Amino acid sequence: MSTIYIMWLRELKRYWRSKSRIVGSLGQPLLFLLALGYGMGSVFQRAGEGNYINFLAPGIVGMSIIFTAVFSGVQVIWDRQFGFLKETMVAPVSRFNIMIGRTLGGATIATLQGVVVFLLALIPGFRPYNWALMLPAVLVMFLVAVLFTALGTAIASVLSDMQGFQLIMNFLVMPLFFLSGALFPLSGLPAALSLVTKFDPLSYGIDALRELLLNQGVFGLGLDTSVLAVVTLIFLAAGSYLFSKIQI
Amino acid sequence: MDNIIEVLELTKRFGDFAAVDNISFTVKPGEIFAFLGPNGAGKSTTIKMLTTLLASTSGSVRLNGYNPVNSPGLVRRSFGIVFQDPSLDDELTAWENMEFHGVLYGVEKKLRRRRIEELMNFVELWDRRKSLVKQFSGGMKRRLEIARGLLHHPKVMFLDEPTLGLDPQTRNSMWTYLQKLNKEEGVTVFFTTHYMEEAAKIAQRIAIIDHGRIIAIGKLEELLGETQTTSLEEAFLKLTGSTIRDEEAGAADQMRMRHQVWRGRR
Repeated sequence: MSTIYIMWLRELKRYWRSKSRIVGSLGQPLLFLLALGYGMGSVFQRAGEGNYINFLAPGIVGMSIIFTAVFSGVQVIWDRQFGFLKETMVAPVSRFNIMIGRTLGGATIATLQGVVVFLLALIPGFRPYNWALMLPAVLVMFLVAVLFTALGTAIASVLSDMQGFQLIMNFLVMPLFFLSGALFPLSGLPAALSLVTKFDPLSYGIDALRELLLNQGVFGLGLDTSVLAVVTLIFLAAGSYLFSKIQI
Repeated sequence: MDNIIEVLELTKRFGDFAAVDNISFTVKPGEIFAFLGPNGAGKSTTIKMLTTLLASTSGSVRLNGYNPVNSPGLVRRSFGIVFQDPSLDDELTAWENMEFHGVLYGVEKKLRRRRIEELMNFVELWDRRKSLVKQFSGGMKRRLEIARGLLHHPKVMFLDEPTLGLDPQTRNSMWTYLQKLNKEEGVTVFFTTHYMEEAAKIAQRIAIIDHGRIIAIGKLEELLGETQTTSLEEAFLKLTGSTIRDEEAGAADQMRMRHQVWRGRR
């Protein structure tokens, strides 16, 4: 238990101390929200889909969560490069606990980031339809955050240098984000694209957020949360297995 | 228990390249043991296998009576280590790095706080305890790592080139402290170094490894006797010597380089 706590605490301290990372990771979602929100807003309205900023906000919250979460998970590569990973690998505690602590730490950060983006989205006019559903929405954010931090950790455990990081960003995170319905409605898509979006776990996270914040989901909250929970468990299992097999 | 470290026919291969080639040796409890060899001889690879960081290709290891493969947890509880490369968290303060280690090793809070202060005073970093490690010089980081490795009072202390980049003052006080710990608490010390006079002065027994094989092992006088030399440096050079070795080293180095290129930093 103390292992999980200290690993969690470390992630938070590191995050809190790198102010540039906080600011930097808020800039991109904000840019997407404002540029796309205002840029595409009138087209979206004319197509009869309503207010685009409102529609977009949960997607951008999901975007900031997936980026921060995968980035946190991938910290394993940094720790390997800077040597700190060895310190945790020779410690007489279970690697499962180390991995869980790291993952919960990264997920906490990603959730915080999601909440901050949510609050920022209020400025251009985003409003949840029922404030009471904020709490379940934050829980969904946390679930999505755990899922992607575990995924990042799993991948980083088998990569040995930083070159792999770009690969992850370009061939994993970007497609996951663009194919998740963060930017466009999931209904009425071409069949092929519609199929692809159904294999993207982020789709379910963002759908659940739209359900809770806007009351306009596609899959239904039950399906969303079950898919998220199952995939999270799979990634946690894979991540802790691969993490426990790390050799230096 | 007769031996705190028992290594039997230990081998580690990367592809066709044998980084450690069928080595056997033992270390007695309370011994100060030096593990010497030129760069790339297999020292660090051996330490990694002893400390559960790397799986061996074949052969067996027992540390404090435990097998690193079957019971890594018990092995990890038995040793402390100062790595060759830094392994601190740069974004945490010096004190936080110590605290983190203490928690991971389950040192009870009161004892932990006391030892942290004692050890940080010893390495003269107590005044800098609130500084982030990234602001430290190389020597300061080294000192902090040594203090950290001693925090949980391990049975065996591994030190992989611990004095690299330390000034003579720090080096001296470090060895004084380790010798005291060795005498008073019976901590076994297993270290590597490139400073031959240091090994000659500190170590009770010395092993010399080259090309992954142990080529000499024994007390200083025994090594000097075998090689007909008067200092460890001469003995070392004679054993790991010049002419024959250079030809072989070329091929081995190339192999190692290729290996590093393909496998990154593993």
